[in-house]
Amino acid sequence: MDNAFGQPQSVIVLGGTSDIARALTKRLCAARTRSVVLAGRDAARLAAAADEARGYGASMTATVHFDAEDLAGARRCVDEAFTQAGEPVDLVVVAVGQLGDQLLDEDDPARAASSAVVNFAWPSAALAEVRARLVAQGHGRIIVLSSIASVRVRRNAYLYGAAKAGLDRVCQGLASSLSGTGVSLQIVRPAFVRSKMTAGRPETPFSTGVNELAETIVRGLATGAPVIWSPPVLRYVALVLRVLPAPLWRLVAARG
Amino acid sequence: MTRERLTGWGRTAPSVAEVVTPDDEEGVVAAIAGSSAVIARGLGRSYGDAAQVGGGVALSNLGLGGVGPIDEGGRLSVGAGVSFDELLASSIPQGWFVPVTPGTRQVTLGGAIAADVHGKNHHVDGSIGAHVLDLRLVTPTGTSDVSPTKDPDLFWATVGGMGLTGVVTRLTLEMLPIETDRVLVDTERFDNLDAVMAAMAEGDQDYRYSVAWVDCMTRGAHMGRAILTRGNHAGAGDVTSATLTGPTPARLAVPFDAPSGLLNSWSVRAFNELWFRSAPRHEVGEAQGLATFFHPLDGVRDWNRLYGRRGFVQYQFCVPDDAGETVVRAITRLSDSRVPSFLAVLKRFGAATPGPLSFPAPGWTLALDLPVGPAALPGVLDELDELVIAARGRVYFAKDARLNPSKVRAMYPHLADFLEVKERVDPEHRMTSDLARRLGLTGE
Repeated sequence: MDNAFGQPQSVIVLGGTSDIARALTKRLCAARTRSVVLAGRDAARLAAAADEARGYGASMTATVHFDAEDLAGARRCVDEAFTQAGEPVDLVVVAVGQLGDQLLDEDDPARAASSAVVNFAWPSAALAEVRARLVAQGHGRIIVLSSIASVRVRRNAYLYGAAKAGLDRVCQGLASSLSGTGVSLQIVRPAFVRSKMTAGRPETPFSTGVNELAETIVRGLATGAPVIWSPPVLRYVALVLRVLPAPLWRLVAARG
Repeated sequence: MTRERLTGWGRTAPSVAEVVTPDDEEGVVAAIAGSSAVIARGLGRSYGDAAQVGGGVALSNLGLGGVGPIDEGGRLSVGAGVSFDELLASSIPQGWFVPVTPGTRQVTLGGAIAADVHGKNHHVDGSIGAHVLDLRLVTPTGTSDVSPTKDPDLFWATVGGMGLTGVVTRLTLEMLPIETDRVLVDTERFDNLDAVMAAMAEGDQDYRYSVAWVDCMTRGAHMGRAILTRGNHAGAGDVTSATLTGPTPARLAVPFDAPSGLLNSWSVRAFNELWFRSAPRHEVGEAQGLATFFHPLDGVRDWNRLYGRRGFVQYQFCVPDDAGETVVRAITRLSDSRVPSFLAVLKRFGAATPGPLSFPAPGWTLALDLPVGPAALPGVLDELDELVIAARGRVYFAKDARLNPSKVRAMYPHLADFLEVKERVDPEHRMTSDLARRLGLTGE
């Protein structure tokens, strides 16, 4: 069960092998988390992440395999994760996504569609099932990794940014739909995060490491803020980005 | 049946459950049979998650009323959903007081049994369980009357058992005769913790009621300055115009949630200063009303809203007599961390009941109200748990909202005895709560 300080005991992470997810699992286990179910694509990396979670103090770990391009599999993945958890689930983290390669993807219908499926459609499908399960439980929390890229799409990553924007909006609606159910959803909007996913990409301003992001998320779990910005100052930067005239935005966005 | 979002008095960690309010024993039996996760709920005064069960059925006991006549020996049969407020309203005019009262009258008798509540007289009279003659208990496997002589294992597992053995529908209580509705109170102010603890160890036996308010926010020489109030019921000859009048409803209320952060280290420090200075340095034999003395917080309805949206936790622990040093270290740790804490309550405990999950044990108990918010607070409380365990003490489940489950067995060494009884009457583990799930009290 969740406690008064927003420290969950039982956690499911969809996209559990990402660097962000692993850093977050470490922080959660340092507090109260003892049951960790990790869902991801790569069996070997899932097993390694589960080992790692046990090292952080989790007494129950399990893994679930899924492919984020397989929309029909979203429900099965979530159901299996809840079954593996075996007890009321306090927190579901949705950290599913793929940055893609804009220049390769933008003229390739299959790859463009894939970005929309992995970053938007699959997480939305999974969230529908997560919502139903947690509402039936009468309690639980959801953390969804969105991105600063969702605030205003830029030329260099518009497929990713637009898909994240879609997911972000779904989450805004979902969060308000949860009022009075005992369940809540918090959106995380980080700036550039140094991780496997972004390796080799040019850093943009306000970038953070995964540990700093994980710390910010844990702090957000304690405060219950509907949107968790990382770094926190990004909240104000986003205000400016939203209203920047298009020509100026293109100049800013072209850097990085 | 309605679906409701429930929290404890601290207003943290909400969950949603179906709330049913049966008005007789058959209704209770049906509600338990109809769900795989049930817990009784009274007036919602436990601070944490003891009386809520996400996705299950919260069985409100407020339909289980009825206050019977009090016989010449003070014995009274009363419905578990009756509150102390309701009971005292009828008993005080007849010259009877409850044998034990918690700090608020807004607690049901059933809830009081579940938490084995204590009052200012614990050092003399023990907890409520010591004054209960029998209980009518509905468990998932049957209904029975239990008492200290009839199925004592089940009786004592129920006293302090946080509602996890079943639902109490009625009980017989032994009341305390009083001649007036006044208490003769001696008040003393102490400049530091050592002085007040010495005075309590020395003189508490001369008083039926004793409690000290401690300021946890002063450091240095005045660390833990305190106001000690002690008293006895006034006899008819002790006061000029002796009356027997029951409690009156609160005149003040907090109408909306205060902004989070209203109670910060500055405002709490200022309050504590005012509180301390407004107490007399030494006053003897002041006649106070029962409500003023026993239930000062009942004067303001919904005072928990002062803590704002994020709520608060109460941390209460007890340690044996020889571990008074732990109280000093706990208060030092809190005042050093500058976590804001309203005046803490310090008291001495007397004999324990045999309840395996009953909280009070001989020694000292300290209770602190702490707003949720300071980033250091969760870690500080985890450290205090370690101090408490090292001193063979424990924290109080009725107040808890954050204990690490790995520490439960060290604090409650008789947990296995409790779980054995629970397994007997509830083999399918139907009786459960968010507290029980969080701390592993359900059995597996």
